[in-house]
Amino acid sequence: MNQLPLLSILTFTPLIGAILLLFVNKNSHGVLRTIAMAVTVVTFVLSLPLITGYNAPGSDIGGFQYLENIPWIAAGPFQMSYHLGIDGISLWLVILTTFIMPIAVLSTYTAVEEKVKEYMICLLLLEVGMIGTFISLDLFLFYIFWEIMLIPMYFMIGIWGGKNRIYAAVKFFIYTAVGSLLMLVALIVLYFKAGGGDFSILRFYQLHLDPTTQMWMFLAFALAFAIKVPMFPLHTWLPDAHTEAPTAGSVILAAVMLKCGTYGYVRFAMPLFPEANAQFTPLIATLSVIGIIYASLVAMVQQDVKKLVAYSSVAHLGFVMLGVYALNQQGVTGGMLQMLNHGVSTGALFLIVGFIYERRHTRLITDFGGLAKQMPVFATMFMIVTFSSIGLPGTNGFVGEFLVLLGSFESNLRWYAIIATSGVILSAVYMLWMFQRVMFGELKNPKNQTLKDLNAREVAIMLPLIFLIFFLGIYPRPIIDSMAPSIDKMIAQTKVQKQVAEAAVPAVPALPPGHMAVPEAGAAPAGMPAGHPAMPEAGAAPAGMPAGHPAIPANNEAK
Amino acid sequence: METIAMPAINLAVIMPEILLSCIAMVLLLVNVFVPGNNKAYLGYLSIIGLAVTAASAVGGWGPSVSAFNGSVVQDNFAIFFKVIFLISAGLAILISDRYMVQEDCNQGELYPMILFATVGMMLMASGTDLMVIFLGLELLSICLYVLAGWNRDNLKSNEAGLKYFLLGAFSTGFLLYGMALTYGATGSTKIQAISSYVMGNPGVASNPLFVVGMLLIAVGFSFKIAAAPFHMWTPDVYQGAPTPMTAFMSAGPKAAGFAAFIRVMIFAFPMLRAEWSDLLWILAVLTMTVGNIIALSQDNVKRMLAYSSIAHAGYALVGFAAVNAEGAAGILFYMLSYAFMNIGAFAVIILITKKGEVNGNVQDLAGFGHKKPLLAMVLSIFLFSLAGMPPTAGFIGKFYLFSAAIKAGYVWLAIIGVLNSAASLYYYLRVMVFMYMKDPEEDFEWAGATPAIAVCLLVAVGATLVLGVVPGTVLELAQKAVQF
Repeated sequence: MNQLPLLSILTFTPLIGAILLLFVNKNSHGVLRTIAMAVTVVTFVLSLPLITGYNAPGSDIGGFQYLENIPWIAAGPFQMSYHLGIDGISLWLVILTTFIMPIAVLSTYTAVEEKVKEYMICLLLLEVGMIGTFISLDLFLFYIFWEIMLIPMYFMIGIWGGKNRIYAAVKFFIYTAVGSLLMLVALIVLYFKAGGGDFSILRFYQLHLDPTTQMWMFLAFALAFAIKVPMFPLHTWLPDAHTEAPTAGSVILAAVMLKCGTYGYVRFAMPLFPEANAQFTPLIATLSVIGIIYASLVAMVQQDVKKLVAYSSVAHLGFVMLGVYALNQQGVTGGMLQMLNHGVSTGALFLIVGFIYERRHTRLITDFGGLAKQMPVFATMFMIVTFSSIGLPGTNGFVGEFLVLLGSFESNLRWYAIIATSGVILSAVYMLWMFQRVMFGELKNPKNQTLKDLNAREVAIMLPLIFLIFFLGIYPRPIIDSMAPSIDKMIAQTKVQKQVAEAAVPAVPALPPGHMAVPEAGAAPAGMPAGHPAMPEAGAAPAGMPAGHPAIPANNEAK
Repeated sequence: METIAMPAINLAVIMPEILLSCIAMVLLLVNVFVPGNNKAYLGYLSIIGLAVTAASAVGGWGPSVSAFNGSVVQDNFAIFFKVIFLISAGLAILISDRYMVQEDCNQGELYPMILFATVGMMLMASGTDLMVIFLGLELLSICLYVLAGWNRDNLKSNEAGLKYFLLGAFSTGFLLYGMALTYGATGSTKIQAISSYVMGNPGVASNPLFVVGMLLIAVGFSFKIAAAPFHMWTPDVYQGAPTPMTAFMSAGPKAAGFAAFIRVMIFAFPMLRAEWSDLLWILAVLTMTVGNIIALSQDNVKRMLAYSSIAHAGYALVGFAAVNAEGAAGILFYMLSYAFMNIGAFAVIILITKKGEVNGNVQDLAGFGHKKPLLAMVLSIFLFSLAGMPPTAGFIGKFYLFSAAIKAGYVWLAIIGVLNSAASLYYYLRVMVFMYMKDPEEDFEWAGATPAIAVCLLVAVGATLVLGVVPGTVLELAQKAVQF
């Protein structure tokens, strides 16, 4: 590679910024904020060439690009390398990270008045950890970034959080650390099974492990990621952490850190252990659906707006997991899009909660009511974000949720999809009900009658997010297109064994292009011999379903 | 007429030991003849002495040279350990003056005493005769008994000295008895000779004399490395002893115990590795778990670190139980890392506590993070390293120890190990909770670092991070050190 090591530059720019901040006087808040802002903006700008440069003509379309591979530690039985690279899946998560960071920094200008220096350093270190997690192709390096991420977040929750912050911070740290430590053991076992060499996942993808090993390793990896996602019933740390964390912390936690969990499934747990993955698919799908329904119901009865948003996160991540586990083009694309959407809309929701919290120092729904009259701009933005979170057509949430449900309906997770659909309705119930109680009705509380509408800075924070809500809702095609080849590879990798098993079965007759609801073979008696043993899915035969993913945005544009 | 064969004497092999002994004796005299109460200069002279010794020790890196008829060896294994001892002695000396002045026990003999203890440790690492190992151990222990009770006016320090002496003497009895029985069963005290005897007579494994001897040796060493259930002395001694000496004892002598333990177990009884392994993993599990569980409920930071040091011996035993080269190399690397991170943590504790070691509870740390941000950050790095979080030396060390166990097939032992690490997070984080997240009840001023302590902290924190980010070279050296 004769190009600049762009990924390294991207990862370590925030680190350099953090080191720079160490030498700034802790009382000059303005300088501290400006430097942090500048560093995150520069990082974002640096990340933009990745979008245009990825899948450039002549490159390995859909594969890992911008590769950097330098031997790092070679001692004893191990060889670790500093191995970076992105594909269509991680590309957008990196962009999401670099995009959210300046917004998070900007949101702290008035929210954080104490220990600004430490706060900004934590934010920047967090960015290092998050970017590193998404771009590491060496499992050992991945693990290091994965763990580093915990430390600044722990301090952010613990120092700048709410009343119960210490409990929340320690719970967050220990919960996630237990999972990842077991993953570390599995990682070492995996390495020895691979027999020498390095920790590159590209190499581990080629392994064919015996089913028992796969099962245990999958369990260890899946547990670590499930805690991070978080999946029911391992989600209990999340409402605590979210509620207590300062606004920027919540935004980053929701927008990016939870994605590390789902990304972990897509990149590691599923493709590394395909057979075990197939075996555990019903379990994960069940937990996802329970998560969707349960979290929605719990969200409905929350008194605290922030807690409500936190539970809605659990429900949304349930959709992501369901989509990813559908393991077909639509499902995985939907899951990936939903990750980005959730980052944008839930990030925006936490910012909105932060805005009113800063003004009123309360987040209880009953303390509000009728705010729309007092704060029209705020009300409009809140409404847009609420719609996006519900998944109203035209907003980003719709595209993601629709693809997830479509994908899972067409896979053998059909029944799960049907149940999960009720989650869409429930999300409308709790979000709209909350919105109504906070924004509409009479402006009774005298403290609310003097509230000021959003100022220019706050509007500036929200505008990019609102833009993305509509952009991703109306024209998600560029993102879907650049992800598609990588998603195909991921599905192929995860389904390797299955395809081998199905090879003996006669191929399904190709369906007419543009046909939206591709029925599963076994579930479509017409044209199929009764008792047909095979259950090939649409995604398993991309050639037979060329119009699968582009059909959706087209459909959407028509609206 | 038979001529008496003179054993080959090769003084070069024990040159580091000779050098350090001479320096220590000279310093004892200097202390007597130079008047004045300021003894810091002795510390600086000692550090020069340690550096010279280190240079002489490192000069021997390469092929093994045996001397004194196979009683002492100069091999990479011993040299690696010697460097660990010298570093921990140096760091401990750097943090001693400030503490000793504060506690009014600033006698100049302290420094030669530390140097003699270091000579003892070095002999333990390079001894290949049970007797030499025993002599080294005694030299070390006697100095440590004195050092633990150094603060004569402090009851707790006295208690620490006496307790350590009584229990230490008791355990030495076990060790010596075990060595005697082994001699009885195999006819030699030389590790080489024992090893070849055991190889030649596999039946000896069922000889009760031999088995009991082996077990007693294991008990004796377990006591020295504070492995559960032989750890009872540790918390009281570590808490009572002057803090710099606690730091020293938890790093150097523990490593020395491991050096001798490994030497005897792996080389004298190579045929019986499976049996050793069973014994060692039981010790490892007990040690990690006991240390961590009791540390969870400690309020006093020093006592908490004492229990945590038991747990760390347990992690090292995980690598030992693997009985493979990776495990042994892992222990070497871990002991080196541990010397840096643990002495570093103790150095900050010294700055936190006031005369009489008051103010040493976690609750007293409230607000420390904001009053002394740099010191608090440094302490946090040490604590994260002790907890095994990347990118620190503690993480790499644990990674190698646990992976050695996994390679040897002890996956569940590694799982118990990581779960223990997770439990240990709680009490390490607790310190940070108080430092950063609680507001102080009363306004409290902490002293800043003296130049000597600052140097110690700088070296320790630098090493903790360097060994965490680019551990390659040192790991390679550790790997070479265990290829005998």
